[in-house]
This record gives sequence, structure tokens and C-alpha cells, in this order.
Amino acid sequence: MKFGVGQPMTRVEDDRLITGHGRYTDDVSLPDQAYAVLVRSPYAHAKLGQVDTSEAKNAEGVLGVYTIADLDAAGFGEVPNVAYAMVKNRDGSPMYKTTRPILARDRVRFAGEPVAVVVATSEALARDAAELVMPDYDELPVVVDTEAAASSDAPVIWEECGSNVVYDWEWGDEAAAQEAKAKAAHVTKVELINNRIVVNAMEPRAALGAYDAAEDKYTLYSGSQGVHGMRSRVAACVGLPEEKLRVISDDVGGGFGMKTFVYNEYPIVLYAAKQLGRPVKWTGDRSESFLSDTQGRDHVTSAELALDAGGKILGVDVRTTANLGAYQSQFAAFIPTLAPRGMHAGVYQVPALYNRVKAVMTNTVPVDAYRGAGRPEASYVIERLMDAAARELGMGPDELRRRNFIPASEMPYKNKPSLPFDSGDFDRNLTDALANSDFADFEARRSAAASRGKLAGIGLAYYVERTAAGMTEFARLEVDSENDMVHVYTGQQSNGQGHETVWTQYVSGRLGVDVEKIKVHAGDSEVLAGGAGTGGSKAVYMATGALGVASDTLIEKGRELAANELEAAVIDVEFRGSDGEPVFAVVGTDKRIDLFTVAKIAEGQADLGEFSADGEYDEAGNSYPNGAHVCEVEVDVDTGEFEITRYTVVDDFGTVLNPLIVAGQVHGGIVQGLGQAMGEHAVYDEDSGQLLTGSFQDYWMPRADDMPMFDFSYNEIPAVSNAMGVKGAGEAGTVGAPAAFISAMIDALKGHGVTRIDMPVTPQKLWRLIHSGARQAAE
Amino acid sequence: MYQFDYHRAQTVAEAAELLAANDENTLLAGGQTLIPTLKQRLAMPAKLIDIGNIADLNFIKAEGDAITIGAATKHADVAASPDVAKHLPALAHLAAHIGDPAVRNRGTIGGSLANNDPAADYPAAALGLDAKIHTNKRLIDADPYFTGMFETALEDDEIITEVTFPHPEKAAYVKFPNPASRYAMVGVFVAKTPIDIRVAVTGAGANGVFRVKEMEDALSSNWSPDAVTGIKVPEDDLLSDLHGAADYRSHLISVMAGRAVAATM
Repeated sequence: MKFGVGQPMTRVEDDRLITGHGRYTDDVSLPDQAYAVLVRSPYAHAKLGQVDTSEAKNAEGVLGVYTIADLDAAGFGEVPNVAYAMVKNRDGSPMYKTTRPILARDRVRFAGEPVAVVVATSEALARDAAELVMPDYDELPVVVDTEAAASSDAPVIWEECGSNVVYDWEWGDEAAAQEAKAKAAHVTKVELINNRIVVNAMEPRAALGAYDAAEDKYTLYSGSQGVHGMRSRVAACVGLPEEKLRVISDDVGGGFGMKTFVYNEYPIVLYAAKQLGRPVKWTGDRSESFLSDTQGRDHVTSAELALDAGGKILGVDVRTTANLGAYQSQFAAFIPTLAPRGMHAGVYQVPALYNRVKAVMTNTVPVDAYRGAGRPEASYVIERLMDAAARELGMGPDELRRRNFIPASEMPYKNKPSLPFDSGDFDRNLTDALANSDFADFEARRSAAASRGKLAGIGLAYYVERTAAGMTEFARLEVDSENDMVHVYTGQQSNGQGHETVWTQYVSGRLGVDVEKIKVHAGDSEVLAGGAGTGGSKAVYMATGALGVASDTLIEKGRELAANELEAAVIDVEFRGSDGEPVFAVVGTDKRIDLFTVAKIAEGQADLGEFSADGEYDEAGNSYPNGAHVCEVEVDVDTGEFEITRYTVVDDFGTVLNPLIVAGQVHGGIVQGLGQAMGEHAVYDEDSGQLLTGSFQDYWMPRADDMPMFDFSYNEIPAVSNAMGVKGAGEAGTVGAPAAFISAMIDALKGHGVTRIDMPVTPQKLWRLIHSGARQAAE
Repeated sequence: MYQFDYHRAQTVAEAAELLAANDENTLLAGGQTLIPTLKQRLAMPAKLIDIGNIADLNFIKAEGDAITIGAATKHADVAASPDVAKHLPALAHLAAHIGDPAVRNRGTIGGSLANNDPAADYPAAALGLDAKIHTNKRLIDADPYFTGMFETALEDDEIITEVTFPHPEKAAYVKFPNPASRYAMVGVFVAKTPIDIRVAVTGAGANGVFRVKEMEDALSSNWSPDAVTGIKVPEDDLLSDLHGAADYRSHLISVMAGRAVAATM
């Protein structure tokens, strides 16, 4: 069967994945494999003295017990911290960089930090022996709260830094923003907390290390968001040239940014594999996910919006304190600063913008990129401001936005500091969303709800995302004439999004080959020269960009071979792949030859050997997916229970390759955004630094029955920043949902004098707001 | 998990003998609490004595004006029983809303009552209906049976064999689930039996399931939601955690009690 671009082809990977035939990291086992279990600090902050491993070393089945001294002796380095080099203080000085040892050295800074590793012949024996490792801890006072960490009397986690504030960064024009406020007819101010979340990928992290002594070469099997990025950073951490490390990621059960990074366990399994001369596997359990996967968000923000008398924006001023946790993870410094730079202008004409961010270290799990990575935080700020301003001015939330939208007629838009949009029609999407959500008739639904003892509310948000650019993607096409198959190799890495389907669909559309004859491969650092990996919603335009180049090259090669075979001039040979025929034909004749026959001819030629083509693509600029979310809620006055009764979204993802997969991404993205808004919350004990929501007993996760049906549609306004016209859809739902939901909640409770509600909105919090009449968010 | 021995008992007597033989031996019924506890290495039993397959413990009997349920009967079986649906629909409803399908197809009524988790559902039904708890040694009334959080009147080598519930004139159970775990954060069982009127609350008590005498008295003279929604249980006696502080739980008890009464009307 043939499927071209734009067709709702169902996912080719699903039969495999949902019938237990996926191959995740823990599904890989090697002969003679041993098992690693980490000894993790039970304290959030302590001096670490002697780590007594003697009893553990003598326990049954134990092959080795290692501490930082062993890794130091082997010349291993630190867990990567990449982004610190990009972020400067306001005065131009470098930010304070934290150094993260692979196993704790002299001090532990969060509960769960790895202190030692035990390797044994079985996981059970390794766990038994891990309890016999006796680290000597001397507890220190802790700080976990974002604002508290910045205060002068907080315990200092990095003494060399002098305080917990590791940078004080700014972007934009402070004087212009001040001037805007001074001359404004109205200034709206919001204070908000963007709550800390636990990523909770369905597949916990795992790593299997192997060492080949004959080749002096390591192999790491681990679910990642791209094997090439993982290889270069793990190699740097271990102290290896890249060619001495192979990284393999097969199926990956969710990443959301979190699986991009190098974690302590990866160099550890490589070290132990070499020491013991046998493969070593570590498989994280759910508790370890809570204590070791990077977490997301955790910003405290104060923001102001200056407006003139006509409701036009004069300036935006955003001040944020961001909590990076105990150590700066790989991209941590980048996420609150450079990742969202300029995003606080949203989709609006903004003459003046200023953003200042202080980052603090706390005794908590490190924080890094989480679906959207800085852009959802920024979108939440500007949309909360727009909502509050509309309410204060007595203007419709749609009307205030319309007055400030960058009009479609001004695309591409280059007026700084607003975002440099290449395309977009915000008014159209908003108009459609209002119509689809029956926005105009909401007050009748509010009255009906009131008669049932429910407080109904409606909320609107217009989000924009900036997807990743500035990277190179690699691809290869190989035609197997023996089996009539086309093998597709990509430097992308599916984390479950449906890559196999979309690449299959794209290649089928280019080569005219049935989808059953196309097989997608990814996740082996030895196959392609490089790969950009998944992250920043760029996969579709990067992968298809590189596959497009490879397709062009393959077709050109094929035309030459076909011309030779058909005794025609190359210029007279056309390839009919995009018409659904994998056939080279001589124009104006009935002479033709199919792709697989051409491949057979190529295989017979010594200088070709195989019929294949490589592609590289680095021309994609940022794309700007955007759209309107409308959320409707009902709150039970008696208990604070609530329900999302309607959810409407109209997006612009440029050219859509597969509407089904895009809808899936939107649904999942919205659920993840609503998850943060409706209940997800990493709560740490202020005195002990323990993660109080360290399991699903206490950590709320969204479930299917918490969610409404989503009314999703889109307008295709092609991007001009990449070859396919695509605007990346992977993170968009997560960007738009929180502001729409909170807007609806504030609307529902406006009769109770409520103007602020922070995420997560729990029944208890709503009950307090309703019954105390409080105007501030309840604790 | 730590290493342990496993023994599948064929009779209650055999299980009792093994249980008495070593303080470190533990009964395994549905395992819905014990297995996760073992997996987290929070328990280190010498031997697990599996009573889940003892035929004498797996039954539901409707006799006279009571229903008797074997201790190893699974929640899903109680939920699906025509006899329970006919005579005790409130209990069928309760059983149908314990945990998720996986839990309901493994967890047992005896296991739930023996564990007496303060957030479990069955204790509210047992106390609310004045159930009789039969063991291999004796018969215990519900009131003296529940002695505190995770505490019961069971002796160390005592095994629940069956539970008898009277047919009530009216009964209903309404719970407010913990948003994260969906265990009962407040669950209220109200019942009017030929003998008395009872209001039992689970999920909220600092000492586990408890009765609300003031509500029972109020319902005796006026069986209506209004009779109970104004009655507050003191916060001092209630649990308090991230998802539900004591004052919120106290409020929810009144609301859920009212809804439970309404559900019987």
C-alpha cells in the first residue's frame, strides 16, 4: 500500500510495541552479564566521609564495589555540564559552574545521589550487598525551596560560589521596559509559580555496558534521544576518543528531554564492564526514576505588562528565579534563559521586552529540559499576563489578544524584540477556536452549571513555540534488490512518537515504494556519521530534510544507471516515485525499469556495490508552531473536585505529514501540560530535603478518565524556514495547555474574588479558595 | 525482595500451624499490599504461606438475612455476585471501586480486613454493617475487631475465614479518592440495619476506620442528608497529608456522609 505525505497512515510500529515485541534497553542481555545496583544517599545534604565497602565486597555473588576513588583512579571525568559556557551574568562574568562527580565525592547534595555501586552476579544479590555498604554521613542543613534558596540566610550548597545563586542573567532592554511601564495607561502584574514536575517516562532509564578488550572498545546500550550526542558526551565523561565508544538505543519508552542527558549510571556500567571483563547492566526502578531522572520547570516569576489606553502592549518585564537542583545538569543553565529568549513576547507586537533570570542551587534532584524546555514557561507567563490584563480592563480575552497579534499581512515579521516569525495567521486560528468551542454561548453553560451546584469557567490561551534549529541531520537509503526492500537509516531517535511511520510515509512518497517494503532503522552510532536526535520538536523537518537529500541523490544515481540500461540520455529519464511508481522511464517511450532492478544492476558493478545514498541536511531554521487553546471547567463547590468539560485547540503546524500522528502528539502534549496544571508536583520536605511525592501513591499523574475529548483541528500555513514547510508539533500541546486551564479556573472562581491560582490545581486548593474567600493561592 | 520460602497451604489448619511455627512467617492472600511491600524490601518474611487457593475460603453464600463471604474471595467476585447485588448493592458497589481491575482480581476481602489499611474500603463496610468476622478460632464483632491503624484484634496465629454481613434496610458507600493514589481519602459507609444505624468512615481517621456517633444519632431521628452535613468530625482525630489536610478531610466526611445518605433514598 502506498501512503504519501498528508495521509493519516496508522502507525507501523504499534503492533510491535503494544504486543510486547519492542526491544527496550532492559530487553537486551549479553552473555555473562552482571548486574549493578547503586547505593544512593538517604540524606539530601551531608558531608560524606569514608565509604566502607568491605562487608559488601565479601557478600555472596558480589563481583565489585566501587566508589569515586576507583573512578578517579581510572581517569574518569565528571557528568557533563554543557550549558554553563553559554550563560553569562549581567556584568558579563561567567556563571558559577558546578562539577558533578560520577559518584559522590566528599559531599552529597540531594537524596538519591549515587555514592557507590555494587556489581553482582544477580540483581537480587547486588541489592542485598548494597545494603552492606556503609557510607559515613554527617548531615548538613538543607534548602529545597526556590525563593528560600536565594535568600542570604539559606544554607549554601556550593561554598565556593558564596551563595546559592549561580547566575544573574538578563536579556532585552531593561531601560525600554521601564520606560514602557512609566508611560503606560495600565500596568498588569502577575506573580506565579511554575511547579516542579517529575518526568515519569513509561520506560525507566537503563544502561548496559560492555567492553571489548581485543579492540579496547566500549559499547553502551541505553535508551536515549540520540545516540550520537550521547556518544560524544559519554566519551568525554569517560575520557575516550569517540571511536572507542558505540552507543545503541533501540526502542525508547518516552524521553521528554530527560533522556537526552548523560547520567551517572552510564559511565559507571562502562567502568565496571572493563574492570570485570563482563557486561554490566543497570536497570532503574520507578523509585530511582523519581530520585535520579532530571526533573522539570520550577520557576518563580514576577512579571509586568505595560499597555496603552487602547490596550496595545508597550512592554513586558519578566523576572524569574529558577531552581536548578543540586547540580547543573547538561542543559540546565540554558533552559530558563536562552531557550526562551524572546518568547515572553508571545505572538504579539511588543516594542520593549526585558527578562532577568536568577538561578539557584537547592538540595533537590537536578532540573533540566522537559517537553518544551523553557518555552512553556515563557508562554505561561505572557498568557497569564494577557489574561489578567483583559480581566482588569474589562475586555474580552480574545479582544485584547487580537489588538496585539502580529497580523498575517506582516509576515515574515522582523520587528524586534518580538519573535522573527516566518509565517502565521493568529487571528484565523483564534477565530476558529472561538467558533469550535462555542465561546460566545458560554454564559448559558455557566448558568446551567450553577444550577447544578457547579462553578463553570472558560479560559483561553494563544501559545507559540520555537522549535530547534542550527543542527545537522543525517540519513541513508539502501535498496535491497534481493528482497525488494528499502532500508531507511536516520540520525533521529524515536522515543515513541511514531517516527517509523512518518519516515516510511515520506520515503514511500518519494520513491513510490509500498510502505510494507520500507524498513526504518535508527539508534546505532556506528551506522551514520552523525544525528541530531529527538528534542526541540525538530524531528520531522530534520529527518525528512536529510531523507530528501538522500532521495534526490538515490534518484540521480538511478537515472544514470537506468539511462545506461535503457540506452537513453540521462536527461530523458524520469523517475515516477512521486506518482506512486518506483520506476525509471524514458520520456515519450514505453521503456522503463523499476527501482529494484536498477539496484540489482548497481550491485553488479564493482564501483557501486550497493544501491544506496546518503543525505545531510542543515538548512532548517526555527519554526513557530502556534495556536489557540480554549478550556472549559466545572468545579464542585462542596468538595473542590473539578472536571474539564470541553477542550478545543486550533493549531498551525505548517504542512502536516500525517494528521493522525500530529493529533496524537497534540493529545499527548495537552495531557502533559494539563498534568502539570492539574496535579503533578514534586514536593520536597523543607527540613529533610526528602522528596515527599516519591511514588505514584503521592505523585499525581494524569489518567485517561481525567481528560475530556479534545476538539483538535489545524490550519496549514506552511513554514518557509525548512524544506517541508513543517512546524514541529511535538511540544506544542504542552506549551499551550497550562495557561488555558488556569485561565478557565480563575474564570470559574472569579465570583469568589480569586485572581491567582498556581499550578497544580488540586481539589483541596480549590476548596480552600472557595471557602476561605482567599484572594491568594492556597498552599 | 529479600529471599523467602513460599508454601501454598491446602487447608486453614495447615496454614495456621505454619503461621504459629515461626514469628517471621506471613500469610499471603491476594498480595496487593504484601507483594509491593516485599518488592520495596520493607518486609523480610521467612516464609509466605499462601492461603489464596484454599477452596474453603473462596465462596459467597446468601443464607437467611445475611451474606457470608469467604476470606479469600476476590473483590471482583464480590462485585459481580448476583447475591451481593441483590441483598447488599452497597457492598457490590464498594468492591467494584477498590483500586483498579488488576487489584480487584487479586485482592481479597480477608486480606483487606486483616491488613486494616486506614485508606482501605472494606473496613468501612464491615464496621458500617456490623459484620461478624469469623476466624479459625472465634467470631469477632466489627466494633472490637478494628483496634487502630493497621491494627486488629487478630492474634498472631489467627486467620480470618469468612465475614458475615446482615442485609441492611438501607446502605450506601461514597468515597472521595486521594487524587494521586485513588485510595479512599474519605470514604463513608452509612447503613440502617434492623438493629441499628451506623456511619463508618475510612481513609480519614488517625486510628483507622471509625464510627461517627453524632451522625448515627441524627440519622436515627431523621434519615436525610441534611441530618449529617452539618456535623463535623473534630480535626484532631484525623489524618493530614499533602492531598488532604485534617480540616479538608473533616469537611469531606460531612459532604460524603450526606451524599451516602442521599444515595440510599
